[in-house]
Amino acid sequence: MALSIVDSCVNCWACVDVCPSEAIYEATPHFMINANKCTECEGDYADPQCASICPIEDTILNAAGESINPPGSLTGIPPELMEKAMAEIQAR
Amino acid sequence: MELTVINETQSESSGGGCSSGSCGSSNDQLSHLSDEIKQKVHNHPCYSEEAHHYFARMHVAVAPACNIQCHYCNRKYDCANESRPGVVSELLTPDQAVKKTKAVAANIPQMTVLGIAGPGDPLANPERTFETFRRLSAEAPDIKLCVSTNGLALPDSVEELAKHNIDHVTITINTVDPKIGAQIYPWIYWKNRRIRGEKGAQILIEQQQKGLEMLVAKGILVKVNSVMIPGVNDDHLKEVSRIVKQKGAFLHNVMPLIAEAEHGTFYGVMGQRGPSNEELMDLQDACSGDMNMMRHCRQCRADAVGLLGEDRGSEFTLDKIDAMEIDYEAAMKTRAIVHQGIAEELEEKERKRAALAAVKVPSGPASDNKHFRPVLMAVATSGGGVINQHFGHATEFLIYEASSNGVRFISHRKVDQYCIGDDSCGEKESALAGSIRALSGCEAVLCSKIGFEPWGLLEEAGIQPNGEHAMEPIEEAVMAVYEEMIATGQLDEVADSSKMSA
Repeated sequence: MALSIVDSCVNCWACVDVCPSEAIYEATPHFMINANKCTECEGDYADPQCASICPIEDTILNAAGESINPPGSLTGIPPELMEKAMAEIQAR
Repeated sequence: MELTVINETQSESSGGGCSSGSCGSSNDQLSHLSDEIKQKVHNHPCYSEEAHHYFARMHVAVAPACNIQCHYCNRKYDCANESRPGVVSELLTPDQAVKKTKAVAANIPQMTVLGIAGPGDPLANPERTFETFRRLSAEAPDIKLCVSTNGLALPDSVEELAKHNIDHVTITINTVDPKIGAQIYPWIYWKNRRIRGEKGAQILIEQQQKGLEMLVAKGILVKVNSVMIPGVNDDHLKEVSRIVKQKGAFLHNVMPLIAEAEHGTFYGVMGQRGPSNEELMDLQDACSGDMNMMRHCRQCRADAVGLLGEDRGSEFTLDKIDAMEIDYEAAMKTRAIVHQGIAEELEEKERKRAALAAVKVPSGPASDNKHFRPVLMAVATSGGGVINQHFGHATEFLIYEASSNGVRFISHRKVDQYCIGDDSCGEKESALAGSIRALSGCEAVLCSKIGFEPWGLLEEAGIQPNGEHAMEPIEEAVMAVYEEMIATGQLDEVADSSKMSA
């Protein structure tokens, strides 16, 4: 079982330092997770570390291929409230 | 009206009429500082409008990772054509950073300061950041080291920072209120968890304040940066200023939010606006009652090289550095001579300024004892403290205020040159219109020369162009123009009408 990084990765390096298994490596066009090394942080931490620091939504997937940080989870604004939030911010 | 200039021969500032220290014609904010702090920062280009024309700084981008998200930051930082914090085009290993620093220091002997500012948070990359500092302390001891941080990991880093003889740390503190913090920081990474909203903001705020206190206790100078975000923290920053000053920060730098949509930040995409020049200036003025304010920050890139406002980074790319043979021992000797020369030049200017600081504009003949309102003027200069730039060549203007207390530097204003006339700009405007907009609120612009077309447009906009003081020292020229405005009665009318409307 392993997590994976997809195309939306911006190569910010944050995940590399926090991985307890040294499973993340620099690659082109973006960082990759070595599936043989990745433990999903089980036994080390409550949450997978790369997915806890990754700043981009929909970039780290779980073993089932599902997004761990879906849209709205990092901005704090669910998609259905986006328009309202935008109107509020633009009124500032 | 005849205007006499009284030259008070007052060599000591103590006991004068200037208890706040903000009067007189101080060119920069260093005049507020104690002698001990002045000694530490006198050759730091970022702390003085004056020093930045003589001394250069560089940033090395060794710290990519970040442990928080700020709504004004886009973590996709690979851009060579932008100049703003967080942006960088070439990440360096500590070894490459040390090489680059020595190459720059040898080729630009005016370089006195090496900073690590990102592109992520330096203290979220402790190994890369501290290895760079450790090696530079040993191999290039004539370079000052500084670091800027969001503060989250600061308390854990203070011991290590103190070891490397780092005497300046910048903390970005945008709020002391978790409710406001939640509107700026959507999450932090803390003790191996992602913590969202107010809870995360509260931890960040506590760490920042604790770090500030610990640094001050260690005798390390702390500057606080704040990003002014209209409708979010603008009013609140006055309280931030009060608190950080009380805790011992030596300088507060309130910067405008940069939120162009094309930068792809959350604020940019959502349409959060930045402050106007006037809003920024008003807030800086409101904070300055409590704090030494810094007004000339150029908000440079995390890999900037050179004098403020210029970037020579392209001369020191990795392949070019590899081709350079650097004898740092020899370079240090040259550097010491160059620094000595600059110090003498600055001392000479300081003597002149001390004489000028004593120049006061009297409030008119004793009979009417009038007080004239302050006037903002823009100056086009390419450095050296004199008016020496053509209006059309200026990419930024220095803004000075003349009043009966003398002349003081207020800020710099960039001329928007990157406007490409896309949707966000509305009507496509000419470079000239951009310059004139940048000067709003000013009543005169002093430059070495100016063309016929801008002359007319400036006059229409209520800004008097003035090319009569070319090559003169800025402060003397600004004062001369102010005196002329008083003498020709230009300030009488407006003062009277504003009184009536008040």
